Amino acid sequence: MSNKLIDLQHITKSYGGNMVLDDLNLYIRENEFLTLLGPSGCGKTTTLRIIGGFDRPDEGRIIFGGEDITRLAPNKRQLNTVFQKYALFTNMTIAENIAFGLKIKGKTKSYIDDKIKYALKLVNLEGYGNRMPDSLSGGQQQRIAIARAIVNEPKVLLLDEPLGALDLKLRQDMQYELIRLKNELGITFIYVTHDQEEALTMSDTIVVMNQGYIQQIGTPEDIYNEPENAFVADFIGDSNIIPATMLQDELVEILGIKFACVDKGFGTNTPVDVVIRPEDVVLLSPEQSSLQGVVTHLIFKGVHYEMEVEANGFEWLVHSTSMFPVGTKVGICVDPYNIQIMNKPASEDEEAVGINE
Amino acid sequence: MNKKWLATPYCIWSVAFIIIPLFMLIYYGLTDRTGAFTLSNFTAISSPEHLKALVLSLALSFACTVICLLLAYPLAMILVSFHASKTSFVVLLVILPMWMNFLLRTLAMQTLLEKNGVLNGILTFLHLPTLDIINTPGAIILGMVYNFLPFMILPIYNVLSKIDINVINAARDLGANSFQTFYKIILPLSVPGIISGITMVFVPALTTFAISTILGGSKILLIGNVIEQEFTTASNWNLGSGLSLVLMLFILVSIFLTSVFDRDGEGTVL
Repeated sequence: MSNKLIDLQHITKSYGGNMVLDDLNLYIRENEFLTLLGPSGCGKTTTLRIIGGFDRPDEGRIIFGGEDITRLAPNKRQLNTVFQKYALFTNMTIAENIAFGLKIKGKTKSYIDDKIKYALKLVNLEGYGNRMPDSLSGGQQQRIAIARAIVNEPKVLLLDEPLGALDLKLRQDMQYELIRLKNELGITFIYVTHDQEEALTMSDTIVVMNQGYIQQIGTPEDIYNEPENAFVADFIGDSNIIPATMLQDELVEILGIKFACVDKGFGTNTPVDVVIRPEDVVLLSPEQSSLQGVVTHLIFKGVHYEMEVEANGFEWLVHSTSMFPVGTKVGICVDPYNIQIMNKPASEDEEAVGINE
Repeated sequence: MNKKWLATPYCIWSVAFIIIPLFMLIYYGLTDRTGAFTLSNFTAISSPEHLKALVLSLALSFACTVICLLLAYPLAMILVSFHASKTSFVVLLVILPMWMNFLLRTLAMQTLLEKNGVLNGILTFLHLPTLDIINTPGAIILGMVYNFLPFMILPIYNVLSKIDINVINAARDLGANSFQTFYKIILPLSVPGIISGITMVFVPALTTFAISTILGGSKILLIGNVIEQEFTTASNWNLGSGLSLVLMLFILVSIFLTSVFDRDGEGTVL
């Protein structure tokens, strides 16, 4: 997992004066499942298209296995793409679709036949070779699109929101299928999605993007538990983002109440933002805490109750398995290691820029 | 809710203007001037002058269709690669001549191509040899291509613009170069448009008599001219009907042949 397979250096891209990517730097290691995650228009698909060769960056270089491939045509790159809406060739059968890349490379007929069989088995669609793409369901077409890409034994598989068009249940099944495929094939996956749950489930590394900038790179646990700025905290899961003051190391004042925390190095009396996940907010009886509030909303969500608690002028979002009816007075308590401290952005612009790489 | 009665005007229309005339055509075609049954109106096609007109018609309309296809396909591809704003402007340029009467356009073509016409005027001015193109099969083909080219461009442009750009990207991604992408993916996917373009150009070109009259003088007779003359100057409706039915047979065969290549049957007019 150590060496850089793909290295994007200072990538800049704009469409008609609209800056989509600004000085993006990112590397992808061998055998990694890397996810580009962000809202639409954040530049994640453009990044993928630049790696695939369908778009040229205005500036910057793409290094693939030590070689500069910035100006290389897509058909010369050792990677394959699974497109958002499958993009199967409707004028060919499933088998012909899968054989397409191999025929172009001039492989023998017996090799191609073996590969078709192997690929169909890998995606659990044996016996579908003679059917036409239109006769398959969305999930089946998507698996054929994956089969068509992987028979070429690419070093890297690019996936552009491949599950976006599928329904929830199928999407969850396909997530496990993709993880299984990646483990079986041992190739690098670069995956684009706007679905944070999908990203958390499958990735080794998540790259959170917004407005053409990388906001944070890390493992799913890092991204969820230690978001580096308010955008990441807000985009990944629900969160309470509260303005606060860092009084000294390991002590923060939130809404006028002092809380112990585990963060250091923010100086004294520094304005900060704190992130507290709704499941980390513990509700007690009022006398057990110095921060008291009143439950204003209550919704049953299946696994847990979702409540809103008004306390010291802030609406706290709380997930809890125990239920407190609307109007109940409660005390709010948070464990020190569940309080994540973030520097306040110095300006509106920096909020988008996020971390400085 | 039964609203079938709304179709009544169209039924009356098609009976009056399609079905009755068709039966009249068959009746006249199968009888002679006295009203007796005969097949001679059909066998008349084998007479040398009729056969010559038919073969020439087939040859010219085939040439016209091929030229239209060769001109239209690249243009349609260029149109698809444009941005929407540019495309609608170019499509307008293609359609604009169609808004003018086609006889007027052909007469204008005559003025351009005449011995002392605009084209030769320019050539003389430039001290170049003049072209003797009017009243030749070349002039007729030029007139046909000029008139029928839009009918080839539009259906091809239509299918090409519906091809998902990611399908083309996928072919490139799987290792195909631009040429392989074209003949393995783009061309097969555009077959319905080509078929309907061919039908829309070949059929009117085969049956035209106005273009050949105006641009071919009276020297070149196409099958359309022969039929027209039987109905007008010779006032032999029986022979005219017989030859029309023979021509119709050729059209049906050509449509059948082209639709054989169109597996999905999306593009044909039939």
